[in-house]
Amino acid sequence: MPLDALQEARRQIEICNACRYCEGYCSVFPAMMRQRAFSDGDLTQLANLCHNCRGCYYACQYTEPHEFALNVPAALAEVRSDSWTAFAWPGSVARLFQRSGVAMALAVILGFAALFWLAQAVRPAVGEGFYAVMSHTMMVAIFMPAFLLPLFAIGVSLRRYWRSVGGRTIQLAHIQRAFGRAARLADLSGGQGQGCNFEEADRYSDARRWMHQLVVYGFLLCFASTCAGTIMHYVFGWEAPYGFWTPPKLLGVPGGVLLAIGCAGLIWLKLQAERSLADGRVWGGEMAFILVLLVTAVTGLVLYAATGTRAVEVLLPLHLGTVLAFFLLAPYSKMVHGFFRLAALVRDAQLAERHST
Amino acid sequence: MQDTQKLVERTWDVIVVGGGNAALCAAITAAEKGASVLLLEGAPKPYRGGNSRHTRNFRCMHHGPLSVLTDTYGEDEYFDDLMRVTGGKTDETLARLAITSSEDCLPWMEAHGVRFQPSLSGTLSLSRTNAFFLGGGKALVNAYYNTAEDLGVSITYEAHVTDILIEGGRFVGVTVEGPEAEVTIEARACVIASGGFQADLDWLARAWGPAARNFLIRGTPYNRGVVLKAMLEQGAESVGDPTQCHAVAIDGRAPKFDGGIVTRLDCVPFSIVVNRDAERFYDEGEDVWPKRYAIWGRLVAAQPDQVAYAVIDSKSLDLFMPSVFPPEKADTIEALGDRLGISGDKLAQTVAAFNTACGSGEFKPTELDSLATQGIAPAKTNWARPISDPPFYGYSLRPGVTFTYLGLKVDENARVQKPEGAYENVWAAGETMAGSILGQGYLAGFGMTIGTVFGRIAGREAATHAA
Repeated sequence: MPLDALQEARRQIEICNACRYCEGYCSVFPAMMRQRAFSDGDLTQLANLCHNCRGCYYACQYTEPHEFALNVPAALAEVRSDSWTAFAWPGSVARLFQRSGVAMALAVILGFAALFWLAQAVRPAVGEGFYAVMSHTMMVAIFMPAFLLPLFAIGVSLRRYWRSVGGRTIQLAHIQRAFGRAARLADLSGGQGQGCNFEEADRYSDARRWMHQLVVYGFLLCFASTCAGTIMHYVFGWEAPYGFWTPPKLLGVPGGVLLAIGCAGLIWLKLQAERSLADGRVWGGEMAFILVLLVTAVTGLVLYAATGTRAVEVLLPLHLGTVLAFFLLAPYSKMVHGFFRLAALVRDAQLAERHST
Repeated sequence: MQDTQKLVERTWDVIVVGGGNAALCAAITAAEKGASVLLLEGAPKPYRGGNSRHTRNFRCMHHGPLSVLTDTYGEDEYFDDLMRVTGGKTDETLARLAITSSEDCLPWMEAHGVRFQPSLSGTLSLSRTNAFFLGGGKALVNAYYNTAEDLGVSITYEAHVTDILIEGGRFVGVTVEGPEAEVTIEARACVIASGGFQADLDWLARAWGPAARNFLIRGTPYNRGVVLKAMLEQGAESVGDPTQCHAVAIDGRAPKFDGGIVTRLDCVPFSIVVNRDAERFYDEGEDVWPKRYAIWGRLVAAQPDQVAYAVIDSKSLDLFMPSVFPPEKADTIEALGDRLGISGDKLAQTVAAFNTACGSGEFKPTELDSLATQGIAPAKTNWARPISDPPFYGYSLRPGVTFTYLGLKVDENARVQKPEGAYENVWAAGETMAGSILGQGYLAGFGMTIGTVFGRIAGREAATHAA
């Protein structure tokens, strides 16, 4: 990992550890206070625990122009994105897509073009609904590897992360604690539910936590919709198209709506927020990632609305192409943050447990 | 300060001079009573808030659990605590007013945006008496500025008030440095909440002696006492010893100004402390550090060059809060002395003599363990373990000034006094009048109590007068 970012984070965290006023904001400070010296692995763990709520920045006596020049949210953000790149497999792909929104957009266009070409070139002889444009076999042939390969790559990344932070055997209690915090996004709550300091500088606001959770739960509903469809197809032999009052639609339509609202909200918030309190190098990549999610949600909903029309011939490859790009880039885009955050929360649960016993 | 035009073309109801806790409490209270309020903060925006930026808690009387506070902290106990630290140098009427009003302040603070949290780890001894601010004093200052803005208070940064204009015992306005020349801003009432003079090193040197130039100032560089001086020169009555300041021993490598909390060093009880000549000069183990850290500022100030060095060995390194700068480190005492810039040989002699004087017994870092030296002067009466396990570590210590005691005399309505009676329309709050109540010493979290209580009184009285 690049040393400059780690050394700067170490300098800042050592000053923080002599102050400790920010103890109440999030998990980072109690974790910091368990130590006096910080290895690269320790800093990587703190960086991935940090949710960039910025409470500590606005409360800090030592931000610029003070000579200590603390900017902990930015220092940890840089270590964090460096760690995602360093642990990614293969790493060079991550370096490109973490930072470049243009590369992300090109990937989406490529995904669309590939699927559009396939839909035109290999038109099924028979088929209803979407399957008239692209066969079920074709979709599975594309998306099964496009889903499993990234999962494997993320698994490799997490294993590397776990080694670097010195993680040990995981117990159910650690996972419960980690998922409990993630489900409420407790580390973006400002410690007392007042929210973070994102779009209104030193005023607290809970908007980012709400929008983020709309995205999370919207995404999970969409994922559940796909799973429901898969089960119906293979277990019950009930093939698409599905009407509105079926599990795939009842899960997918609200999921898509939540996802779209959440993404739009996050984009708006990101445009309001002070950029110097995060890793400026990855702003474009992060923004593109949210846009890809937004396009995924919107094209999915529009596709459903357009059922039975000729627009499906374009909309289906557009939606599937975006989803394809999203999945393939998951290990190399902002999407990995969720996996790393969970890993960091699990590790924190281990460390907190050891400290209290 | 820019754009003075908008400030001078009207007569304000209330001008608040200063921008820390007391000033903000006054401005918010006055604005809520319907007054038009102009707050003149001398610092630029990133440094707004005076010494309140560096605070972290509020000492509060309460009967039964209140917000984050546990148990009960009654008026008499609170007053006894104050008497202990001030040695009786207090105005009992004002002190009891501050104490009894504090209980009512905490909910008021919460209602105006301040968030509290349970006592920080390492300060559990204060969980009954002191309510800690979530994020510390700057978070409190931010919350109050937002509240004041929402109430329509006009806030001006880098507003250097040079004089308070009094005509026939009546305040008429302030003069402020403008882009080209001084301008006069008129108002019906004035609240002075602009702190002490500790950042004016010339004044400090005149008051305390030339050695004060070697002191570090722990807080804001903007408390230069300009307004305090202006008031005293035109006959306002003073309180507090004009020659004294509150100083603690802090890391000698701290910035000249604004080092704040991180520059504290908690290693003294586990160390030996020597001066420039590598000689010990006081019992390092007299009492637990929170009770003794305040006297060490004065002790170090009395040493040559106003500097001292705390020396520990590897046994003690993890017994206290980490320091902001890493300690000097060496494998021998001689080498450590050289690294600290004092005589290594002399330091080795001092350590050897100390080690020989150490007795045997059980070392208990968190309580008075009576593990004392025998046969050396000064003795170390607790935690006296030989300094024998390399590597050895050393920290330099210097006096760090927290605040000065000289201030404006006020009555129970926070009205500033002159020999022939009170000014008709000038009030004061915060450090600038705290010398009435804190004649010497300091009680953790009490500065914020004085600022909040008298800030609110001053704001209320000023707004009532202007209405």
